[in-house]
Amino acid sequence: MRYISRITTPDNPGFWRSPLRGPWLTSVLGVVLLAGITLLFVTGLLSYAAYNPDLSPFNDKTPDKGLLGFYLFDWPTSPHWLYRLSQGLHVTVGITLIPVLLAKLWSVVPKLFALPPARSVAHALERLSLLLLVGGALFEFLTGVLNIQLDYLFPGSFYRLHFYGAWVFFGAFVVHVVLKLPKALRVLRERGLRDLGREARGEREPDEDSGLVTPRPAAPTVSRRGALGMVGAGSLLLFVTTAGQDFDGVRGTALLAPHGGGDPGSGPNGFQINKTAAGVGIQPADTGGEWRLTVSGPRGGLRLSRDDLLQLGLHSSALPIACVEGWSTSDQWWRGVRLRDLAALAGFEQDPPGVLVESLQRSGAFRKAALRDNQVRDPRSLLALQVNGEDLSLDHGYPARIIVPAAPGVLNTKWVTTLTFGELR
Amino acid sequence: MNRFRRWYGQGPLQLLLLAASFALALYAGVRLLKGDLVAIAAWFVGAALVHDLLFVPLYACADRALARVAGRSRGRRSWITFVRVPAFLSALLLLVWFPLIAGQVKGYEAATGRSADGFLARWLLVSAVLFAGSALWLVVRVSRGRRSATKGRPSTAH
Repeated sequence: MRYISRITTPDNPGFWRSPLRGPWLTSVLGVVLLAGITLLFVTGLLSYAAYNPDLSPFNDKTPDKGLLGFYLFDWPTSPHWLYRLSQGLHVTVGITLIPVLLAKLWSVVPKLFALPPARSVAHALERLSLLLLVGGALFEFLTGVLNIQLDYLFPGSFYRLHFYGAWVFFGAFVVHVVLKLPKALRVLRERGLRDLGREARGEREPDEDSGLVTPRPAAPTVSRRGALGMVGAGSLLLFVTTAGQDFDGVRGTALLAPHGGGDPGSGPNGFQINKTAAGVGIQPADTGGEWRLTVSGPRGGLRLSRDDLLQLGLHSSALPIACVEGWSTSDQWWRGVRLRDLAALAGFEQDPPGVLVESLQRSGAFRKAALRDNQVRDPRSLLALQVNGEDLSLDHGYPARIIVPAAPGVLNTKWVTTLTFGELR
Repeated sequence: MNRFRRWYGQGPLQLLLLAASFALALYAGVRLLKGDLVAIAAWFVGAALVHDLLFVPLYACADRALARVAGRSRGRRSWITFVRVPAFLSALLLLVWFPLIAGQVKGYEAATGRSADGFLARWLLVSAVLFAGSALWLVVRVSRGRRSATKGRPSTAH
């Protein structure tokens, strides 16, 4: 039998020695991923819709989306924490799933090297589909993980890569689920979630034609339960060091998350910032006493100073900032002029339309962005001048910024200079 | 039907599913690759290749090396876990948060208004806690094992 030990190329099933691999472990991990990735896909599509890409070319980074935008709907303003929840889930669950994904790929890696490369036309096509599945999953996780860390290494716009990549991945994912789920469920039903008795007795797991069980198992150094526990511990550790970036009180627990640890400052304006004034080229002269807000509509253009705005009726709303990067703040207490009151000044007294918002920002995406009529009409939507009882700080958008319930952070434009009601292009 | 199966290798349902999935992949893929075709395709395929041909062998070899070192000592199964688990957890954090830990995110301060320092220190601190906790657990296990071994010894007084 000595010759067996010389067979050390990975296409030989005996090359893979771990006694953990088998249909049971792969099935457990697969079912967890099925639930998790479905949630990621749905919350991802929600986030795409939350930008209202069909409203204005300024909101749309994917004008060639075609049929892929089939499901788009008017993003609502209630509940006001909707985007905070859906995008917080998208990013936090995504990060939590990373160890599960890696373990799943590890559990099936012998199949990658199986020879011949194709036993039949059907097998060749299925392997091509698996390239889209594995490449797509890793591409989506990689672009997502880099984007939330503001490390824009990927070749192109994140919106395009992550959105179109998700669709390429998802087709292969559905096929894989349809082809494999029945078998996975059968394995789990027949052997139970805990299939440990056989392992405790030192028996080999039946391969059931999966090609996963090694014919030459090494002595076990961990049980299958232990291996799953390790994956679970990895997920738990990532979760507890990430989830805190969605809550002001426990932000310190998010030790490694991009918006965890601490706040950028203290006091009323001390909460999290997405872009600083200096970072996007706001000059002090732009925001000083010379600053004017231009409000346009059927009545023509009005130019209002900050004092003029303070003379208008001020209203309050408690709303969070929730970013596409998955972090958010708790509700902040904003005070400013209602967007619908500004629409009335511009000549839309009844049923105001959408508005195009322009910022003083010299660089960065969404310097111009459109809000839909339902967002303008919501009485909580403000052109905010103050937050938590103080004037806005420069980094939070002084002299004036937009705050709209349930809208992604980037549509809450800072350093607003122009509001054009009814003309979004 | 049987002739189809013999020629194709599977039933028609599998072919229809794959065809639908490829059509969707092509529709989205054309849009995905617009811009920098070569670089984006390289990222897509490269992610799978780098993972399967570099990452998996790398961590498998590291784990095998650990098992081999442990294999020379007695009772390896009892202590290998105490190195493997904290090492795995620490490496996982490094993998996910590598850009921040390595300090390679240039725009971090301009975007967030916060210092980009501290991620490396916090990762090291978490790793230290993980390894120390694991060591403590091992000590407790070993000493408890000794105590129960002493208790279980039959009395020789009679």
